[in-house]
Amino acid sequence: MPETIPAEGVKVGVSAGPNGRRRVSVCAGTACVFAGSMKIHDAFVAEIAEAGLQEQVEVTIIGCHGLCSQGPLAVVSDGDTYYPRLKLKDVKTVVEQHLAGGDVVEKLLYVDPATGERIACAHDIPFYKAQHRIALRDVGVINPESLDEYLARGGYEAARMALTTMTPEKIVEAVLESGLRGRGGAGFPTGMKWKFAAASPGETKYIICNGDEGDPGAFMDASIMDGDPHAVLEGMLIGSYAIGAHEGYIYVRAEYPLAVKRLRMAIKAAEERGLLGDDALGSGWSFHLKIKEGAGAFVCGEETALIASIEGKRGMPRTRPPFPAVSGLWGKPTNINNVETWANVPWIIAHGAAAYAAYGNDTCKGTKAFSLAGKIVNGGLVEVPMGSTLRHVIFDVGGGIKDGKKFKAVQLGGPSGGCVPASLLDTPVDYESLAATGAIVGSGGMVVADDSTCMVDLAKFFLQFTQNESCGKCVPCRLGTKRMLEILTRITEGKGEEGDIERLESMALNIKKTSLCGLGQTAPNPVLTTIRYFRDEYQAHIDDHRCPALSCEALITYAIDPDACTGCTLCAKKCPVDAATGEKKQPHVIDQALCIRCDACRAACKFDAVRVVSGPEEIAAAVRAQHA
Amino acid sequence: MPRREATPEQAAEAASPELDVDLSQVQALVEEIDPQGNLIALLQRAQAVFGYLPEPVVDEIARLSGIPSSRIYGIITFYAQFTTVPTGRHKVWVCHGTACHVAGATRITEAMEQELEVGDGETRADREFTLDSVACMGACSQAPVMRVDDETFGNLSADETRKVARKLLEQVLAERGGEADA
Repeated sequence: MPETIPAEGVKVGVSAGPNGRRRVSVCAGTACVFAGSMKIHDAFVAEIAEAGLQEQVEVTIIGCHGLCSQGPLAVVSDGDTYYPRLKLKDVKTVVEQHLAGGDVVEKLLYVDPATGERIACAHDIPFYKAQHRIALRDVGVINPESLDEYLARGGYEAARMALTTMTPEKIVEAVLESGLRGRGGAGFPTGMKWKFAAASPGETKYIICNGDEGDPGAFMDASIMDGDPHAVLEGMLIGSYAIGAHEGYIYVRAEYPLAVKRLRMAIKAAEERGLLGDDALGSGWSFHLKIKEGAGAFVCGEETALIASIEGKRGMPRTRPPFPAVSGLWGKPTNINNVETWANVPWIIAHGAAAYAAYGNDTCKGTKAFSLAGKIVNGGLVEVPMGSTLRHVIFDVGGGIKDGKKFKAVQLGGPSGGCVPASLLDTPVDYESLAATGAIVGSGGMVVADDSTCMVDLAKFFLQFTQNESCGKCVPCRLGTKRMLEILTRITEGKGEEGDIERLESMALNIKKTSLCGLGQTAPNPVLTTIRYFRDEYQAHIDDHRCPALSCEALITYAIDPDACTGCTLCAKKCPVDAATGEKKQPHVIDQALCIRCDACRAACKFDAVRVVSGPEEIAAAVRAQHA
Repeated sequence: MPRREATPEQAAEAASPELDVDLSQVQALVEEIDPQGNLIALLQRAQAVFGYLPEPVVDEIARLSGIPSSRIYGIITFYAQFTTVPTGRHKVWVCHGTACHVAGATRITEAMEQELEVGDGETRADREFTLDSVACMGACSQAPVMRVDDETFGNLSADETRKVARKLLEQVLAERGGEADA
């Protein structure tokens, strides 16, 4: 990486609070909240008061710190000491030993799974070291509910510079030169989009932030909106001036109440300080920002559907042209960018287009945020230079596959994307290279699958999603995805027919070619890529009535291996339908007529005696063995 | 995720004239939020006030705004957030995002369906529970996850899910017992 990149904005870290006090930052990202971080936060407040340290140490919340699989986590400002997987009882220890006593609590530190060593400082953890954070520069660093903390990190300085010293043309030029492309997935050059909207004739223009992040398994935009809301506001303020729009909207997905709350607070605070509104930053430029909450429709992520939804209509896409730059919201020229795109803008203006373009490869500049999920060690939020290989992201940053299992595929781009197999792990992550594999960068969701994930079932899962979310306007999407789903369903039920794979392929191509909007045009991608790379798995379901991943419920059987069973009765206790029975210290048996394949017995068994098998012969043998 | 549709009984109940809805509140809402261009926001507020969107409320919005009720229903049925039937006192959301799916979300829903005796996307007859699936809650690293009202649960197994459900049922029974005593 070039030397010229300033260190700040690239590293993860937690500084002392604005008033110089020591600070405990508790991650309040969604995953940490699910893991109980708010209770940890309250416990810190109580214990610190108990120890009489409330004058010296403050407790704050931060947005997603990144390494979600280590949540709930807290970072102490002294040396950015990192305490992962905190339990309530640990809080007292940290307060007494570290905050009061001044000694790092060794036994609570992060353990590097690769070396077994304990690491104290957040920056030294390989997961964080391997990243370069621009869009996520303040996420997990500042308290997202505090404007002061954003300002202390140089916030709104880029907007001040842009609005008071630069012409709109210069700003558009800078964004063009930076090479920034739409981070929502389509990858259209942002500067070009701005240029069109700026050149479009008309007094009234609008800008919109697309925060309708609907891909299941993607949470980058949510993390930016609820972790660093001012970055989005500042990017939009700069954009409004460059394009000539006095009004803007942030469209937020219905399922993100926290993002809505934080954005509202941020807008209010910025207006009160004169950073937004009439005469923003004393520059004479006026820009007003409103929030629109979605109402639960995935298709509204498509720009023309999103515009219809802001107008209070059914969110149905329309044909383009005219593009929104010519005729968008209320028929006026409109520029729509995604959350992450907007969040990059202040950094580009502050550090220069060249600094941004120094990251990435020939076709794609800058960095990209990804959410890593699925069967991966370091699940969480990451940002890496464009052009990094999938292997780098999944193994170096992501730490590889959980429980020592084998990598099978990575699903990129959610329901519009595809599955990339192990043989293509050296593919660079950029728009063109990933498109060549049949997948897409998409908004940046990466879900990793291991051997226990059935590729046919995964394709069915995504198609079920798109089928459900199809707005119904055009026939190929509405009916085509339904027919494809029926075929996939019968395959996973062992009722697949000869020629089903070919039927799926031909329907997929037709739907791609003839659908009106991006939803239909990309809906078949998960099916096409899984057929392309895992055709044998489809074949096994159809020809042998066997699910190689032992996942499709209709094709698997649970049976107890009498040689391994000790008769501990645990499975019988856990079975919700009394299918597992037996005498104490005698091998147990699963009644196939009663078993609902809920996996409770296998999960409970300490002796690995519950076998899951698939395929008619294997099933017959396992059931026979039970009664032998 | 599946749009919630009314069973014939629920539809009949929602349409019944005995429905206890204070329509003067609709007037206040329409004055506060301009229905022209803000219809979605208006419906969101109305649903927050009434808990769902019963026919008399929709008719009143139509009457006051001049927007045909057919158009309003066009919007209500398009967006997953809106419901024309009452929902349960406790709401259970099981996440079915990709990460939760590969981590076994189907089994979490099955466990909930069996223990709470309510189908996915449905409300129990006694209106204690509504069980729903959501596309992704963004807590992928804790998959599979579930939310019950404001409480969140991560890294669930089917077995733990059943425990949560049984505790909920106990709680509801205890509350009812309390009411009976009083």
